[in-house]
Amino acid sequence: MKSQDFTQQDAPGEQPADDPTTTLQSYVIGLGFAIVLTLASFGAAVMHWVWAPGLPVLLAVLAIAQMGVHLVFFLHVSSSPDSVNTVLALAFGIFVVGLVVFGSMIIMANLNDYMMPMEQLMQMQR
Amino acid sequence: MFGKLSLAAIPWDQPIPLITSIVIIVLLAAILALVTYKGWWPYLWREWLTSTDHKRLGVMYVVLALVMLIRGFSDALMMRSQLALAAGAAAGYLPPDHYNQIFSAHGTIMIFFVAMPLVIGLMNFAVPLQLGVRDVAFPVLNSVSFWLTAAGVLLVNLSLVIGEFARTGWLAYPPLSEIAYSPGVGVDYYLWGLQISGLGTLLTGINFTTTILKLRAPGMSYSRMPIFCWTALASNLLIVAAFPILTATFAMLLLDRYLGFHFFTNDAGGNPMMYINLIWAWGHPEVYILILPAFGVFSEVIATFSGKPLFGYRSMVVATMAICMLSFMVWLHHFFTMGAGANVNAFFGIMTMIIAVPTGVKVFNWLFTLYGGEVRFTSPVYWSLGFMVTFVIGGMTGVLLAIPPADFVLHNSLFLVAHFHNVIIGGVVFGAMAGYTYWFPKAFGFTLDERLGKASFWCWFIGFYLAFMPLYALGLMGATRRMQHYPDTSWQPLMWVAFAGALVILAGLAFTIAQLVYSIKTRQRRRDKSGDPWNGRTLEWSTASPPPPWNFTVLPQVSGIDEFWSMKHAGKKTTPRGAGHPSIHVPRASPLGFLTAFCAVMFGFASIWHIWWLAVLGLLGAIALVLRHSWQLNTEVQVSAKELSEFETRQNGAPG
Amino acid sequence: MSAIAEEIPLSERGPAPTRIVVSFGFWLFLLSDIVIFSALFAAYAVLAQRTAGGPGGAQLFDLKHVFIETCCLLASSFACGLCVLALERRARTMIYVWAAVTFVLGLSFISLELSEFIGMFSRGINPARSAFLSAFFGLVGTHGIHVTAGLCWLAVMVAQIATLGFRPKVVQRLVCFSLFWHALDLVWIGVFTIVYLGART
Repeated sequence: MKSQDFTQQDAPGEQPADDPTTTLQSYVIGLGFAIVLTLASFGAAVMHWVWAPGLPVLLAVLAIAQMGVHLVFFLHVSSSPDSVNTVLALAFGIFVVGLVVFGSMIIMANLNDYMMPMEQLMQMQR
Repeated sequence: MFGKLSLAAIPWDQPIPLITSIVIIVLLAAILALVTYKGWWPYLWREWLTSTDHKRLGVMYVVLALVMLIRGFSDALMMRSQLALAAGAAAGYLPPDHYNQIFSAHGTIMIFFVAMPLVIGLMNFAVPLQLGVRDVAFPVLNSVSFWLTAAGVLLVNLSLVIGEFARTGWLAYPPLSEIAYSPGVGVDYYLWGLQISGLGTLLTGINFTTTILKLRAPGMSYSRMPIFCWTALASNLLIVAAFPILTATFAMLLLDRYLGFHFFTNDAGGNPMMYINLIWAWGHPEVYILILPAFGVFSEVIATFSGKPLFGYRSMVVATMAICMLSFMVWLHHFFTMGAGANVNAFFGIMTMIIAVPTGVKVFNWLFTLYGGEVRFTSPVYWSLGFMVTFVIGGMTGVLLAIPPADFVLHNSLFLVAHFHNVIIGGVVFGAMAGYTYWFPKAFGFTLDERLGKASFWCWFIGFYLAFMPLYALGLMGATRRMQHYPDTSWQPLMWVAFAGALVILAGLAFTIAQLVYSIKTRQRRRDKSGDPWNGRTLEWSTASPPPPWNFTVLPQVSGIDEFWSMKHAGKKTTPRGAGHPSIHVPRASPLGFLTAFCAVMFGFASIWHIWWLAVLGLLGAIALVLRHSWQLNTEVQVSAKELSEFETRQNGAPG
Repeated sequence: MSAIAEEIPLSERGPAPTRIVVSFGFWLFLLSDIVIFSALFAAYAVLAQRTAGGPGGAQLFDLKHVFIETCCLLASSFACGLCVLALERRARTMIYVWAAVTFVLGLSFISLELSEFIGMFSRGINPARSAFLSAFFGLVGTHGIHVTAGLCWLAVMVAQIATLGFRPKVVQRLVCFSLFWHALDLVWIGVFTIVYLGART
């Protein structure tokens, strides 16, 4: 009784077992979105479509969107009850990545503000 | 042909490493000769070295840890004796250069090769049994993890015999650990040993997180899982999330040292502070990886020996997961003095104080579990009570250090050293000892001698306070850590007390070894025939002692917390029928772990000494082994219905 | 009977089948790999301006080249998806075809990246020059090593399908490979945005 219930369950990265035609659709839609977002990123960086100080924000938004496209359409991360563990693990991963990247950037910037530059420090040693 | 390696690498002119190396080599040779003479190799190879059984691997982890405890503790005795002597004009007996390697080795070995294997070994042994399943998610990978850890142990210990060890402390901060200031092989031994064992640990994290989330007995929802499995889950999630940071940071340092990169150098724009930032982003979660399973052990022990369910199961779970998340948000408290501004320091100071709260919740839950219970004062309970007093003191000094202005006075002083030994010994070591004593009968079929266990406890407990309370005082008096010598002779009496404490701990260690030897010799007296020597609450006690390789002939159907307790008291059968079980499959033993670790040692040693052809050989060897294993079709062994029935009948009497 | 079985919550149904266990374990491995990249990204973010008087990203990066690389990797990811669809249908020939397309596109990515690196080295622009270059080569190089390892893995998978057929183990491994391949493209989004396009901001 127990194992058979799982045949309907989805593994991470698996398409929902219901509809085979949506599977190809999923990849094609994903590719389409990804192409648009990639073109938008490169275009914005090269063609000055936005006011320069706003460019990093736009690139960040486009990158996050495209990562989302990859997660949903290629890696099939969904909100179904079967993939709760997968989503929670992903959330924990994003939490850690955010802390490591942004935490490090904030800390290091703060240190750079307060500390003498290394070149000057080394000169004092001589 | 041999890179930088030459006969000059052997420490001919340093008596202590030379003599120690000779003694170790002779001992090892004697053991190998004995095993060969007695013809034990086929048994050892079949049943232990190639085992994929989580119970066997758990035992091997603990054995590895206890052996390394002896090495790490010898380093401690050397440091304490040196400091007891080297006051004022006296020089002691250890040259600074040597002393620096000793404290670096002490920290590295104690954290990576004693504490981690102890905790991982206990989780290996107990988690699948508590979950009511037959093995972990990836048994062969489990074996690989153990052997990669052993490979790291071998590499770090080889530095004693050939070459030298790092002189940088256990975290190898640059610029000292860069090639310009540490041109020898010491830092390379450190880096390669830990990269290899770190890979093993990461694989363990993946293995156990998957096991706990995806492999539990039928009916065991998350809220019916034993609390030790919750703490194991949190600890393994932390391993998966934090160890990659260590891997990446060490890789960057290796690139600096080997290929002239400038991540952390003083020149060409490198930033040594970035290393310290990243390494502690790993380092703080690491200490929670160590303590959370210890907390789990205490929860199990206290509930079992109070004869009551654990008080506040839900709040324990919430506190555990809160600690898991918060442990990633405090890491700057390890470098308050590095130069960040007040705002950043204040944020991390406050977060550090907040993380003390869930731990406090746990302590109260343990106290409320004991209250009103019929407490049996066995040695695991002694360790638990000793832990509660000791860890609370250590935690309080931690909160004190969490205040940045206070830390500016106390950072890198002996006060800090006392604090972290307080929490690690009081928390992790006492927890490991409690877990070791508690689960020993399940693993081996007989209990350990209680009197020697209690003697060991009292020596550890009294020895700890004697050894480390003086260090708190010395830290407040201005004593710095990692000193080989100090000018102020008024510190010397306290140093002597600390040394005396170390000797008392040595007695504790001796009692532990004596307990093991004596218990084995007199094991018939304390045989565990029922499988449940402690009147336990969780599923591991429903199996035989030791359990069969397949753990459970029939997976238990779980309907509540402390399922085994409910089974006993509802009059339900706790053991399956003697006959009529379908055959099952268990993972086949595999030499992959042992052989890959051999290649890893080859690769590591060759990289350290710049013997490039040998390094390539080691790497290709490991890849070839993995490929060969991946083509293997026959990875399971069948346990026939007949064998199952015979086992159950032997255990529980004839069916009927 | 099945109606009652469906009411049992997922967490109480006992040990999950192997394919779910394997995929979830691999998913965790992927997350750990992404944490490795996050440490490298953090190092890049911190060290990007520290060029020690040498050239910075704005001077060095050829965005047309990077755009072509990006298209190759994205197309490779898509081809990999089609390969997995063919795997679900057990259509052996199409599996080989799409695997070959995936491989060729991935190899093009690596060749383009190598040509970029070799071009830089020949002009004396190497990681030993500055922290910025160390961080650049460290991050992009690590991604490249992962892609190369992936190509080797893909070759092994094709060999396993040819020799072992569609055993559950082999199918699970190819699915894991596809997760890995998609994840590498996901990391590349971060790389081209932060490193290459970021140099323009």
